[in-house]
Amino acid sequence: MTVQHRSLKKKKNAGRTSKLPALLLLAPALGFLILTTQVPFIMTIYYSLFRYSLVDPFKRPFIGLENYVTLFTDPLSVPVLLNTLVLVLSVIALTIIFGAALALLFNRPFFGRSVARTLLIGPFFIMPVITALIWKNSLLNPVFGLFGMASQALGFEAIDWLAQYPMVSIIMMVTWEWTPFALLILLTSLQSLPTDQLEAARLDGASQLQEFWFIVMPHWTRAFEVVVLLEAIFILQIYGEIYIATSGGPGLATTNLPFFIFQKAFGEYSIGMASAAGVIAVVIANIMTALFLRLVNRNATLEVKS
Amino acid sequence: MIATKPPTYPWRTAKNVALALLAWVIALTFFFPIAWMISSAFKTENQAFATPPVIIFQPIFDNFSLAFAKYGPALKNSLIAAIGSTLLSFLLGLPAAFSMVFYPNSRSRSTLLWVISTKMMPPVGVIVPLYLIFKDLQLLDTIFGLTLMYTTMNLPLVIWMMHSYLSEIPIEILEAARVDGASLQHEFLRIAMPLAAPGIASTALLCIIFAWNEAFFALNLTNVDGAPLSVYISGFKTTQGLFWAGLSAAATLVILPVMAFGWSAQRQLVQGLTMGAVK
Repeated sequence: MTVQHRSLKKKKNAGRTSKLPALLLLAPALGFLILTTQVPFIMTIYYSLFRYSLVDPFKRPFIGLENYVTLFTDPLSVPVLLNTLVLVLSVIALTIIFGAALALLFNRPFFGRSVARTLLIGPFFIMPVITALIWKNSLLNPVFGLFGMASQALGFEAIDWLAQYPMVSIIMMVTWEWTPFALLILLTSLQSLPTDQLEAARLDGASQLQEFWFIVMPHWTRAFEVVVLLEAIFILQIYGEIYIATSGGPGLATTNLPFFIFQKAFGEYSIGMASAAGVIAVVIANIMTALFLRLVNRNATLEVKS
Repeated sequence: MIATKPPTYPWRTAKNVALALLAWVIALTFFFPIAWMISSAFKTENQAFATPPVIIFQPIFDNFSLAFAKYGPALKNSLIAAIGSTLLSFLLGLPAAFSMVFYPNSRSRSTLLWVISTKMMPPVGVIVPLYLIFKDLQLLDTIFGLTLMYTTMNLPLVIWMMHSYLSEIPIEILEAARVDGASLQHEFLRIAMPLAAPGIASTALLCIIFAWNEAFFALNLTNVDGAPLSVYISGFKTTQGLFWAGLSAAATLVILPVMAFGWSAQRQLVQGLTMGAVK
């Protein structure tokens, strides 16, 4: 497949010998990206090897991997890693379940389907800091939030969600935001299911369950992989919601890696520690990205073939 | 899909109606918090956090005029950052995508994948040195500095999207032009750009949405002078319902344009978010 892909591209290039204009067109964009992503990241790795505080910036001893050891052993940072994991995994699980159910529901024609879908994906476009304010003020607040009022109307005590169940609250609001994302991708994939396969299966007398398991699932699995990997990358970066709703608290209850880095760097001026945590975040994201790019690449080569 | 139409049984109709109803109920439930906030924007402050909630009320518009008066500078910054970074991303990204599609070499594919990977890099991995560099270059709290970072965020998206749109141009068109001795400028401006125009429009909408909603760089690199709407809105984080009606009006003004953009670019959204991994 790759060979065919290359040969096609070569044909496009026929008759052109000069590589210079091509390079000149490409260089500014690549240069910009290297300058704003790779260079600072290398600096982050460098800083992470020092005990470097902005309080006393001229005294920064080289300490090797000590920041990393601290990160994985200190009782003040281990919960942060666990919080990050809990948040990412819970949101992925919930959005996959809701997204898949909704995609199946919205794959059937019904009255006003496109309007309903448009309303449903609304939460994804809301600025994250506004999402957090909506949830904090008008839903979760024990006094005048709608959840509290509803539970009181039903005869229960109002729950102070952000104080009593802080992580659950964050998971709820991030799930609300990202379910539309899962739905959009899973639905797009369902709608691109080749109809000839389905028809053949039906002609062969396949039951609905067989049809789903042997025709729909193999095609759909790929979309699930994409949702899981992309959400793993983007939920890892959740910041605005936590900044607004809980400021990482109470205590460390909702502090995830990005918020921890923010606190270390700009609250405690501890550049070395913040950098080490940043490197960890990038390493995790890079593993996910590598897996994801394999999917993108597979798709691109298949595309040329067809 | 199938030639033979299945006979309609009453229970099947009932099931269809029930599932349609379920879909609508879920859609409205998801949208409800947004609708509730928008309605709060038309309430007085007392109505906005009254117990039990006020459902029927005389709408007022004072909140909007107040919001307009106060959020002007942040709105200006958000517009500059969103539109400026989108323009800059296209200025850098269009030629790059053109070069990769029309003048590919053996490394084009891996270059494209590398470009996508920079989009996936968590900002926390670069924020510390960026902050220090910005401090030295006096870019902290400037809208120019923020625009640069939003360009970093959107440039990979532009390159990827433009790459996939330009790849759809039939080789024959290009070859015909080359036989006629078309110059590079001609190829770029007269052939590639007109054919990519619809793609440019929808990609630009996506860039504007992402830049508009961004909070991490904004909160860490700006404060007052360079602060966009996300930072302005964040300033209300501790008010606990005190200005909920006023805040709702400001927030409504912030989300409406983006929701309109997002809704109109729904199809390209999936392509842009998954980099073509799902069609």
